[in-house]
Amino acid sequence: MQRRQPVQTKRPFEAVAQEHGGTVLRVCRAVVGLHDADDAWSETFLAALQAYGALPADANVEAWLVTIAHRKCIDLIRSGNRRAVPVDQPPERPSKIGIPGDNQAELLNAIGQLPPKQRQAVAYHYLAGLPYRDIASLLGGTPDAARRAGSDGVKALRAMLREEPESVRAFLVHSTSMTASSVPASAKGEIR
Amino acid sequence: MTLESPSDHAAVAVLLQPLDAGIEPALASLHARLVRSAQESHSLDIAYTVVDSPVGKLLLAATEHGVIRVAFERENHEAVLQLLANTVSPRILYAPSQLESAARQLDEYFSGTRKDFNLPLDFQLARGFRLNVLHHLPQIAYGRTESYAQVAQAAGSPKAVRAVGTACATNPLPVIVPCHRVVKSDGTFGGYLGGTEAKRRLLALEAAA
Repeated sequence: MQRRQPVQTKRPFEAVAQEHGGTVLRVCRAVVGLHDADDAWSETFLAALQAYGALPADANVEAWLVTIAHRKCIDLIRSGNRRAVPVDQPPERPSKIGIPGDNQAELLNAIGQLPPKQRQAVAYHYLAGLPYRDIASLLGGTPDAARRAGSDGVKALRAMLREEPESVRAFLVHSTSMTASSVPASAKGEIR
Repeated sequence: MTLESPSDHAAVAVLLQPLDAGIEPALASLHARLVRSAQESHSLDIAYTVVDSPVGKLLLAATEHGVIRVAFERENHEAVLQLLANTVSPRILYAPSQLESAARQLDEYFSGTRKDFNLPLDFQLARGFRLNVLHHLPQIAYGRTESYAQVAQAAGSPKAVRAVGTACATNPLPVIVPCHRVVKSDGTFGGYLGGTEAKRRLLALEAAA
């Protein structure tokens, strides 16, 4: 005898926004920086609301939102590009004694210096909890490459936040040379 | 393939913690912005708010056609919203600005200064005979009552007294569509979605005004 499938229903979108809004904003902050994160979030949730009616009821809503956010962030990076991108010669690092205790600026600055794929892998895996298999399908490449991007990103962040300028510089130059940037050349050289 | 340890994941979460700074106020203003852009692009199917009243917190929900649902606290607002998601559309957002005039008119009603509502209403949750009953109810004057039998007569089916009871019990727009003015022929209150006490309060309010 077959059991009847339970009827799947979709929650009101408000509940989706309440539950996942914070995660999506953290992801956007990491991927496009503090300023553009608000635009990325807004475009993500408007697109999600518009498409919500057609989303299958059993879909993983957070993964779906992160996928939309990923695309919206890429659009933002391509259009305006105020986000940091890796350069061969990083400019002088800002003084750490500027704003005491401003951990956020420090962290965002560090994340901004990661190559895009490392930044995305770190955000999607550690902030949104996406498995590397799913991240690979977003970023292209293999799950192992996505996993490497994530762990290299974390290593680079730890190094930068530990205030070791020389090792950071060496690390960044090294990792940049391995990572094909999807960001237009015109955008390069701009930090934050 | 190596699996990372949960402690590694937790340590990275700590490293990324500063991203959370100021996230609550940011989300509040982003929510307001979402509501605005959703309205501009007609992507919002149902807006709702919750207002205080002498009969407890009331959920007010509206489509672009008008108010579609008023719900008492005892109906469980979350369950009511889920039912709206299932039967009308899940594209629902908390958007008090969309319900300002409904909220204001209810306020005036509860303070005794308003005797009838002038609001666009969306009756799509009611069908057939129940809808006939709902259309008749606003004709019962403020401060007056009718029996279930009188309403059955007025709605065109004198024998459908029980069905009138059902129509009142499933009224999606209580207070605004005054099912509280329908009472039993023996003068007792009869049932009410908001509870007998709420019905008594509403009738007392109208009798006093």
